[in-house]
Amino acid sequence: MVQEVVRLPLAVDEELAVRKNRLGGGGKRLCVVTGTHGDELEGQYVVWRLNRLLREQPQHWKGTVDIYPAMNPLGISTMTRGIPLCDLDMNRTFPGNENGSMSEYIAARLVADMQGADAVIDIHASNIFLREIPQVRINVNTAARLVPMARHLNMDLIWVHAAATVLESTLAHSLNALDTPTLVVEMGVGNRLTRAWGDQLIQGILSLMASMGMWTGPVPQVRDPIVSSDGHVSFVNSPCPGILIPAVEHGTVVHRGEELGLVADPLTGEILQRLPSPADGLLFTLREYPVVYEGSLIARILGADTEKGEDEA
Amino acid sequence: MKEEILFTIDAPYRPALPVRGWRFGSPEGRDLAVMGALRGNEIQQMYVCGRLIQALQTAESEGALSPDCGILVVPCANQFSMNVGRRFWAADNTDINRMFPGYDQGETTQRIAARLFGALQGYRWGVHLTSFYLPGDHLPHVRMMDTGYQQVEEAAAFGLPYILVRSPQAYDTTTLNYNWQIWNTQAFSLYSTSTECADDEAARLAVEAILRFLAVKGLLQRPYFPAAGQPRILRENALHTVLSHAGGLMLNRRAPGDRVEAGELLGEIIDPCTCRSLEQLRADCRGRVFFCHRAQLINGHEVAFRLLPE
Repeated sequence: MVQEVVRLPLAVDEELAVRKNRLGGGGKRLCVVTGTHGDELEGQYVVWRLNRLLREQPQHWKGTVDIYPAMNPLGISTMTRGIPLCDLDMNRTFPGNENGSMSEYIAARLVADMQGADAVIDIHASNIFLREIPQVRINVNTAARLVPMARHLNMDLIWVHAAATVLESTLAHSLNALDTPTLVVEMGVGNRLTRAWGDQLIQGILSLMASMGMWTGPVPQVRDPIVSSDGHVSFVNSPCPGILIPAVEHGTVVHRGEELGLVADPLTGEILQRLPSPADGLLFTLREYPVVYEGSLIARILGADTEKGEDEA
Repeated sequence: MKEEILFTIDAPYRPALPVRGWRFGSPEGRDLAVMGALRGNEIQQMYVCGRLIQALQTAESEGALSPDCGILVVPCANQFSMNVGRRFWAADNTDINRMFPGYDQGETTQRIAARLFGALQGYRWGVHLTSFYLPGDHLPHVRMMDTGYQQVEEAAAFGLPYILVRSPQAYDTTTLNYNWQIWNTQAFSLYSTSTECADDEAARLAVEAILRFLAVKGLLQRPYFPAAGQPRILRENALHTVLSHAGGLMLNRRAPGDRVEAGELLGEIIDPCTCRSLEQLRADCRGRVFFCHRAQLINGHEVAFRLLPE
């Protein structure tokens, strides 16, 4: 049943409504959330597919699944990453404030609505600049609880990252702080759908539901993810402005010194910089958007010293 | 006065963009750093810096500036966005004022923040002329972060009637003000009335406040108008918020600084298509208008006014 979590009047003959679809009822509750950033659309396919699958196979599951396709409906409808008008990053407004401005109020209502769920999956899709392999990102402070859950999600990588104070204003941090286990999925690239990765995550969601006792149908076989921490990740940033011409495929293994791409000057035809890989490993992030500035992130490489299946929780 | 290029920002398809600073007094002195526009819409903040540079140049040429003092004024670090009418860094929409203290090996705006912080660090006092995240006008005031390092009484030297102390949220920890404070600079955010328009009177007040600060600190030998009594120091949560419930066209009946009685009409929200009244916004206490929403259109559950109770 489609329900409204929050509804507010906009200035001219329109209302803003954040809606969810509640499937089932009673028992354990799983929330699947996406559309916080208006330019991240990979989750739209996932929740569409999940909606259909659960509707078609009611005999195979129990409990409650709440699906939130558009946390930031104005952003999605206008291809805007942040919240239009105030231009705030919605994922820096949590846990929100019931007595604050519109964006803070919406954030507070959403947190209140999800609080107490048995699991929340918050699906992101990088941004328009970077393409990511399917992964779960987990704050090191919550790794002990969340890594075992994340293993079910059928992702290629679990990245356990360092804590940062500024990240305390994310949905995931806010809910985890309220004892509501929340997993952040990152995959694909902004403004696109990657169906294969969406299907991969769907299998993972069913596996997680099975582990929670919510899915009683055939349990999908999930892949064994690489589990890493910041120490194993190398970053490549552009040393100068120009046009990035990649020389490698995203998601492949690269070797130290191998050319990842070059930064070129279209005006003169010069090669401004060649970009060697700083490490052997998996190229799990690769820049998709070709215009670069000094500092623009080009790639992230997961060091080869990370063992498959290593648990750093 | 010495004008210098603190660093340049290289951009594809555009010439290198200089971030310029104007130094006064001794080149070695590190007394006061003033930062203007970090965002592309902070026209007033840049304008205040420009007028401050003129005033300091005059003071220096007349020998009124202490020769040992060191003052740096940086009017703008984001012409990249300002020149194309964008608020945040126009390439990726990130906010430089959410990147401090910066990271010199990081992404573009992290690097800009790192270079800027390198130039602004080490001063005894720092003033950031900043803008509020909501569209609206403030009563001029000084704002400090409650980091545990702040010395609120120092802010009295500006002579502005209000000093507001804010408990930092997680997202505040990457602002210039917060990081200045953490790195041993007494940091003040100075809120002028407007942001996107140059307001002469508000700029005059802001420049006068900074000059008064310098005079009180003994760096400027010139009599300045005394402050109007002791400033009122208040926590941000002492302000009363008047929220809109309707969405529509907002007509302000009161402006920042106006004294109001409880129940008095502050503004009205009307249906923009029919002009039918949708909501009357009234004061919930006796006090002074501290903030009012400026954009003509307003949504439901927005901060329409903030009142300073008396």
